[in-house]
Amino acid sequence: MSSSDRRNDDGVEQMIGNLLRAGVLTAAAVTIVGGVFALLQHGSRLADYGTFQGETAEFTSVGGIVRGVMGLDSRALVQLGLVLLIATPILRVIFSLVAFLIQRDRLYVIISSIVLAVLLFSLLFGGG
Amino acid sequence: MTILLMSLLVGLGAFVAGLLGALTGLGGGIIIVPLLTIAFGVDLRYAIGASLVSVIATSSGAAAAYVKEGYTNIRIGMLLEVATTIGALAGAYLAGWISPNVIAVIFAMVLLFTAAQSFRPRMEHLTDVSDPLARHLRLASDYPTPAGRQPYEVRNVPTGFGLMFVAGILSALLGIGSGIVKVLAMDRAMHLPFKVSTTTSNFMIGVTAAASAGVYLSRGYIDPVLAFPVMLGVLLGALVGARVLTRAPTRALRLLFTIVVVVMAAEMLYKGVTGSM
Repeated sequence: MSSSDRRNDDGVEQMIGNLLRAGVLTAAAVTIVGGVFALLQHGSRLADYGTFQGETAEFTSVGGIVRGVMGLDSRALVQLGLVLLIATPILRVIFSLVAFLIQRDRLYVIISSIVLAVLLFSLLFGGG
Repeated sequence: MTILLMSLLVGLGAFVAGLLGALTGLGGGIIIVPLLTIAFGVDLRYAIGASLVSVIATSSGAAAAYVKEGYTNIRIGMLLEVATTIGALAGAYLAGWISPNVIAVIFAMVLLFTAAQSFRPRMEHLTDVSDPLARHLRLASDYPTPAGRQPYEVRNVPTGFGLMFVAGILSALLGIGSGIVKVLAMDRAMHLPFKVSTTTSNFMIGVTAAASAGVYLSRGYIDPVLAFPVMLGVLLGALVGARVLTRAPTRALRLLFTIVVVVMAAEMLYKGVTGSM
């Protein structure tokens, strides 16, 4: 690794660190707000996780979750927090891809693009 | 049990798991699924969904600090993430095919392997020269030590890559971070220094888990009301653990954690073999 690589990487490392921290904090905050309301509204019901029924469409797609949040469903808000959490590492990959593009590092642009493609495939077409 | 009471108990259990995981360096994610299925009777699929989400939270939180301190090798991480994400996607589809009882047996094996590893002294296998492939991929770098930045070289990329594919499959199938396999690949096969392999492994865990979490979200494995206390508990436990790490009796805790892991392995094995998962 050359010294210019090291200098470039130092800046990228700081920004990736900040991005990850901001992502986790935002996701946790949204989840906590939704979670507290969800427990207030549904906390007295009996817990039933022993048999798998699968979540309804409201909680399984980004579109459904956003509609749920618009309709003020507290559980959809929790799910939105969890989606933000899943999105945090994906954003990190996008950010690295841009950094490699700026550094004109073709090999790692290709490598980051493959990782991003797999992640987006999972999130968008994973259920199929 | 009401949802409120269960959420409090699950949150407490997840907090202890996150705390022990951080204090022992073994990762709390590995005991979340056994805890939920054995102690709380949660269906394996809901347990895996909740566990994966908590794994993303703790690994991203810890990675934020490590990356800034300059330990993490971002190129090695990105390269090996090709293997872990494809492995995770394969594992997520495999999970739909394999019976929960078989998954329980595989889980027991991984728990036992983790327990065995925790007793072995971890050996550093440094190398003086990178091999041609590692040179071509520009993987060698340096990391901070008390004596200044220390350079290191890298070898055996294909072996590391192959092991990472396995780590990805296990991560998706069991809802864990698979840190133990990742560290093995980077310590032993690729000859990285401890600090670099541990932090780079942690860096990769979030991306690996995100690859299967997308599939599980759309399959309805992620229940918001269950995942909420799990994620929050593990995250808080890991944060507190990192704070008190230097003052904690690490050896005793490691022994305690290993015993917990072995007991859970026995329970998972029993459930899997008797077909009651």
